This record gives sequence, C-alpha cells and structure tokens, in this order.
Amino acid sequence: MMKKLISITMLRSVLLLMLAVVMLMPVILMVDNSFMTEKEIQANYSMLGKTSTNEIVNMKLIPDWVSFDQYYKVLISTSAFLFMFWNSVLLVLPIIAGQVLVATLAAFAFGKLQFPGRESLFFLYLITMLMPFQVTLVSNYIMADQLGLLNTHSSIILPGVFGAFGVFLLRQFMMHIHSAYLEAAKMDGAGYLRIFFTIALPMVKPGVAALVVLLFADYWNMVEQPLIFLQDANLQPLSIFLSRIQEELLGVSFAASVVYMMPMVLLFLFAERYFIEGIQLSGVKG
Amino acid sequence: MKIHRLARKELMIAFAFLIPSLVGFAVFYLIPFVQSVLLSFQDKGGGGSLTLDNYKDVLTSLSFQKAAANTFWFTVVSVPLLVVLSLVLALLLNQRVFFRDWLRTAYVMPLVVPVASIVLVWQILFDWNGAFNGVLMHFGQDRVDWMKSDWAGLVIILIYIWKNVGYNVVLFLAGLQNIPDQYYEIASLEGAGRMRTLFGITLTYLTPTTFLVILMSVLNSFKVFRETYLVAGAYPHDQIYLMQHYMNNMFLSLDIQKLSAAAVLMALSILVLVAVLFRTERVFRSFME
Repeated sequence: MMKKLISITMLRSVLLLMLAVVMLMPVILMVDNSFMTEKEIQANYSMLGKTSTNEIVNMKLIPDWVSFDQYYKVLISTSAFLFMFWNSVLLVLPIIAGQVLVATLAAFAFGKLQFPGRESLFFLYLITMLMPFQVTLVSNYIMADQLGLLNTHSSIILPGVFGAFGVFLLRQFMMHIHSAYLEAAKMDGAGYLRIFFTIALPMVKPGVAALVVLLFADYWNMVEQPLIFLQDANLQPLSIFLSRIQEELLGVSFAASVVYMMPMVLLFLFAERYFIEGIQLSGVKG
Repeated sequence: MKIHRLARKELMIAFAFLIPSLVGFAVFYLIPFVQSVLLSFQDKGGGGSLTLDNYKDVLTSLSFQKAAANTFWFTVVSVPLLVVLSLVLALLLNQRVFFRDWLRTAYVMPLVVPVASIVLVWQILFDWNGAFNGVLMHFGQDRVDWMKSDWAGLVIILIYIWKNVGYNVVLFLAGLQNIPDQYYEIASLEGAGRMRTLFGITLTYLTPTTFLVILMSVLNSFKVFRETYLVAGAYPHDQIYLMQHYMNNMFLSLDIQKLSAAAVLMALSILVLVAVLFRTERVFRSFME
C-alpha cells in the first residue's frame, strides 16, 4: 500500500516536472544561445524566415564554444541598446511608482471607508479594467492629443499611473484587514492618515509586491502604446527595439533578450513569495 | 446629529483618499471614453449632425467582420481550454507531489519572460525551417507552414496557454486550499466516490475562484495580440487577424471617428460578456446556498 502510494506520487511528480521543463524551454534556449558566437548562431539559425532553403534549424543545448561576444557587443560596443534600455526604465519606473501610490490611497477608501456610491464607482473601475487594451487606447489617445502629450513619454506614463488594475487588486487586500485594527487605532486617537501609513500599508505589502511584479511584466513588455504614441525613434523603449533587431542582428539578439529579461526575472525571484501570496489573496472573496 | 457629523467627516476623508485616483481616472479614461462615444456618431466632414455612418462603415467592413469573428472564436475556444487545463494542473499539484514550490515557480515563469524575447524562440520552433518541421521531416511527414496556414490559430492558442496557465494555477491552488478538510472527511465517511467528491465538493466550492479565473483569462486573452503582432506582423494569416489588429491598423490610418465606433462596439461586447458572467455566478451561488 505504502509503496503504491509513493510510486503514484513519483509518477505524478515526474509528469509535472516534464511539463515544467517544456514551460521553461524557451528561457533555457535563449540563455544558452546567448553564449554562442556569431558564427555558430549563423550556422544554426540563418535559415529562419527563408523559404528558399530546405535546411532545418539546429537546436543545440550546449554551445560549441562558450563566448561572451554577444554580451560584449550588446552592452559595450552598441550604444543603442543601453540607450533604449534606459528609455524603458524611464517609462516603467514612473508608472509603477505612480500607480502604487495612487492605487493604495484609492484602494484604502474603497476597501475600508464608507461613502455613498462606493459600489457603483468601484464597478466603473472594474469595467474599465476589463476593457481590452485597444478600447482604452483610443481614450488615452484622444486625451493625449488634447493635452498635447503625443510623442512624449508622458502620453504613456500618465494613463499608466491611473490604470484601474492597481485599485482593483489592492482593494481586495484592504478588505482583508480586520476592521477591529482600525477601530482600535481610532480609539487611540489616530487620524486616518496615520492609520493608513501605520496599519493599512504594512498589511497590504504582499498586494503591493504582487502589483509591482504584474505591472512590471505588463509595461516592461509594452508594444502597442510606444508604436502608436511615440513617433520619435529616440523615445522608443527596448521592447520595440528588440522586436526589430531580430532579423538584422540575429547574432546579438539572444544576449540582448537575456539582458532585457534580467530585471524582470530578478524582480520576480526576489518578490516571488509575496507575489504568489498576492495572486492568491486577490482571488479570495472578501 | 453627532452620527451625522461623523459620517460626513468620513465622507470627506474618503474623498481625500480617492481624489488623486479619481481625477486621473476621469481625465484619462472616463472623459475621453465619453468623447469617443460622441466622436463615433460624428460626421467625418465635421458637420454638427449626428450620424450612424461610422457604425455602418465599421460593421460592413470585411476586415472588421473577419477580425470580430476570429476574436470571438479565439476567446470561445482558448478560454475554456486554458481554464480546464489550469484546473487539472492545480488539482495534480494539490496532491502529494515532490518539489511543489519549484514546479509552481516554473509554471508562473512565462508570465515574466518578455514578449519580444519569446518571439525569437517561437520563430525557431515554428518557422518553415524551424524545429517542429525538423521533427516532422524526421518522421517522414510533410512540413507545415505553421504561421501561414490554418495552424496559425493553434499556435496562438498555444502561446496564450503557455503564458497564462501559471497565473491561473496559483489562483486555483489558493481556492483549493480554502476548502475545509472536514468537507472531504464527511464525504468519505458517507462513502462518496472520487468522482462524486470531485464534483460535489471540490468543483462546487471552487466556483467563486473559477469565476475569477475566467474573468482574468478573458482579460488576458486580449493581450495575446502582442505575441501575434510580433510573430506575424500587422497583417498576419487570415485566421489570426484579430480585433486588435484591426484597431491597430486603424490607428495608423488615424480615422478617429471610425476607430471610436469600433472601440464602442468592442466595449459593448465586453459589457455583455461581463454581465453574462456576473449573472451566471449569481445563479451558481444561489444554487450553492
């Protein structure tokens, strides 16, 4: 009986492990390709996108020769890469900082304070959050045009700061804070601002962590907004750059991808515990 | 009187907390949306009169019809598929399993891998000279032009599932862990079989989570455009020409009236979808109680 139980667990684990390897395959492939030399990349992948040849790509897990050529080219000898990396940072950091700030304040009001029209106002946020990107993009465009923001980073940052997702996610967390804490603080004469900073904010930390990771994943990858709002190539973020270099600069594109992926993956691994906790709590109905 | 004053004070405080968000939300989402509704009824010539021409243009345009139908089918096929797959995975992970935390991390990982990087790998796999065709040829089969044939839809569904399954698994796992153990104990005391337990307890008490998962999956299904766009460009194979392609291409032609009409139509269909989902959830919940 015991033996059978263990072997079923084993079987299940192996099955799930195999699936995990499949899920991680693209990442593994990218990382090991980034250590190949230009020559090896060309030999393996130059037939991509060509119907004239019958050659098949050569997928290798271990490079013939471990080389840092690609990294050297990306980080040191091509200035365009770092420049656009910086553009990405300039776009994404203000959005995250802004939305976290604005959304925690609003979420506190929605989750813990009483006021008439609370539910209907929140419903409006919820519907907006559920709208496909292309619908809100039209609104964002109309406003950016009127405010004269087109072709500036602000045309992307400002709508990002006021996105509805943060309010939705953090409200779920605020609702989990037991009202007894707030009542006790009020008894002790603490004002709402003090309650917000000393009680609510520390207690929704996992929510903030989840929000930061999810926003980062979303905005670090943005493609549509920069394509539509930023005509000036000097303003474009790395996500656009990366999607364009693939054909011409196949040799460095893997290292470029890895460098581009790094901040995202590091942030994720660093905040993973909070992040998972965050997603989990967002699902629990308050 | 005192209570009244207290309530008013709380109203003022709530307002103070809300105001930054409210102002921005109104300026960048609500007001321009109302403007785009108005624009959608406006004559292109700029005359003041209201017209339905923009809607007529959009609805009769072949590319809109194609995009709407494709998007509808994509959602109808891929969302249930994703939800069922993530449920099965979560049920497996919720049992005795080695390295559970590692596995979960691996499944969530695709969510944080940048789209543009992934596209590169996707080409290596699905190109005419790509790895999958290599496998096919190895077994003596004909090659498939994955992105330029009817298979393209399947490839996009695969990307969507690969990317979003982890998020849903985490949600489902949380829901599963919230079902009290006593329920299962009672069921086994009463001699309920495995299937009966699965449907009678697990799936029943998982309903609120499932609702949220469906909602998030629909929301994320609209983001698959990014991958599609980067893999296949602005004018991909007919089968994967989605609403988002249509909108994006209209953006480039800057026909703001028609664009608004399309946006309003899209918003309406989302409203209907959300209303149906909420209504279904309410029915389910009253059924459970």
